[in-house]
Amino acid sequence: MDPIALSPPPRPAVPQALTVSQLARLIRETVRANPLLGRILVRGEVSNVQAAPAGHRFFTLKDSGAQIDCILFREDAELLGFDLEDGMDVVVSGDVDVFPRKGNVELVVRAATPAGVGAFWAAYQRTRRKLAAEGLFDVARKRSLPAFPRRIGVVTSEIGAVVHDIVTILRRRYPMAHVIVAPALVQGPGAPASLRRALTAVADRVDVVILARGGGSLEDLWCFNDESLARAVATCRVPVVSAIGHETDVTIVDFVADVRAATPSAAAELVSPDAIELAARVNDAEQRLVQEIHDVVCSAMERVKGLGERMSPRGLRRSVEANRERLQHVYDALAAGGPREVARHRDRLGAVGRRLDLLSPLATLQRGYAIAERMDGHVVSRASEIEEGDALAVRFQDGRVQVHVQEEVASG
Amino acid sequence: MTPEPTFEESMKALEEKVEALARGDLPLDRALAVFEEGLALFRRCHAILSDTEQRVTKLVAAAEGLTEEPFAVE
Repeated sequence: MDPIALSPPPRPAVPQALTVSQLARLIRETVRANPLLGRILVRGEVSNVQAAPAGHRFFTLKDSGAQIDCILFREDAELLGFDLEDGMDVVVSGDVDVFPRKGNVELVVRAATPAGVGAFWAAYQRTRRKLAAEGLFDVARKRSLPAFPRRIGVVTSEIGAVVHDIVTILRRRYPMAHVIVAPALVQGPGAPASLRRALTAVADRVDVVILARGGGSLEDLWCFNDESLARAVATCRVPVVSAIGHETDVTIVDFVADVRAATPSAAAELVSPDAIELAARVNDAEQRLVQEIHDVVCSAMERVKGLGERMSPRGLRRSVEANRERLQHVYDALAAGGPREVARHRDRLGAVGRRLDLLSPLATLQRGYAIAERMDGHVVSRASEIEEGDALAVRFQDGRVQVHVQEEVASG
Repeated sequence: MTPEPTFEESMKALEEKVEALARGDLPLDRALAVFEEGLALFRRCHAILSDTEQRVTKLVAAAEGLTEEPFAVE
């Protein structure tokens, strides 16, 4: 017998039952496939915020007629820049998803910003108080800017007036510096993370960083009140100059920065010495250098003159006179030609100088004494300095003779 | 290899030479040598200041990490 014939007769046609898991999966696929439910912005009031041990945040977003469960994963929560609190009016962005295990339709929040001026202000104050309490605004933390940065980082939008103004001013004032632009988003939910990445990346390559943005609305500038960005500025490897919005806009990042500039142009001026002023300083140093060597030469001339007056032997006087004339010549050239003449005369000055130094020993020789020197001109003043076999020169008033030491005689 | 002295170091050294001469206690030979060193430092500072070709680059993410490419404003 055919075993099939023994089966019970088919039941009346009923739809195949789904398992609960299948249903949950079906809802999930339907939700995920609907483009209207992805990348959406939702405004509502935050309630029932709970922080999971893993760092995720669970909360409910509600208005007068409905509510939806929300989850904010840890990595997004860290980038939020402020703490979600019950009662806050926020705009969140994210995707709707279904979690089969709970059977819940939830909003997976990727970013959030406080909605409305009041909420902005409250969040701003909270972050400001928190960082102030940690000492991040302390004057003692502020680093001074390098006087002569070799490389200057600029974190801002790569298009627009801000980067143009900064680069133009740096080119005019301090063309020796290498400018590295680190492009970043400067508004919107992605801006804090983008700015942080750009800041951290460029900081390894430069001596100072300008963090800048042009003027904008409170919402536009909001990313510069971001807590994680403020912390990145505080821990930046090199000093940071902030220039955000107009002078009247003060963001959290401005409080944390080492220097706050009123405008991006002012920031460019703050980080760069003026090449024209530097040239003046260098030229001033050169003029003083020439003045000082001139004084040194003059005082040497005085010495020569003084010696000349004390010497009676005619020959020595002549030699002193000759040296005095040469010095006078150099002096005149310095006085007449200014700095550029100096280089031309420096070899001559060197020769004169070496002669001058011989002058005072010459006075001794004239009285009949001789001076023993080593071959390098170093004067030997004690017998104990000499060993048998040493080569020495003995200087008389009319010349040098070379001698070899034959034996040491102990002196009484 | 020691890196080239920076502008800052050269200018500081130049100003130190001036101060050394100003103290007036150097023997003449030494003073002339200091003067000559000062002139060389001056020339170096002057050359750095005369180099007006500014480098501007942009930091970009590439497959091998961050690189810099030329950046032109306007």
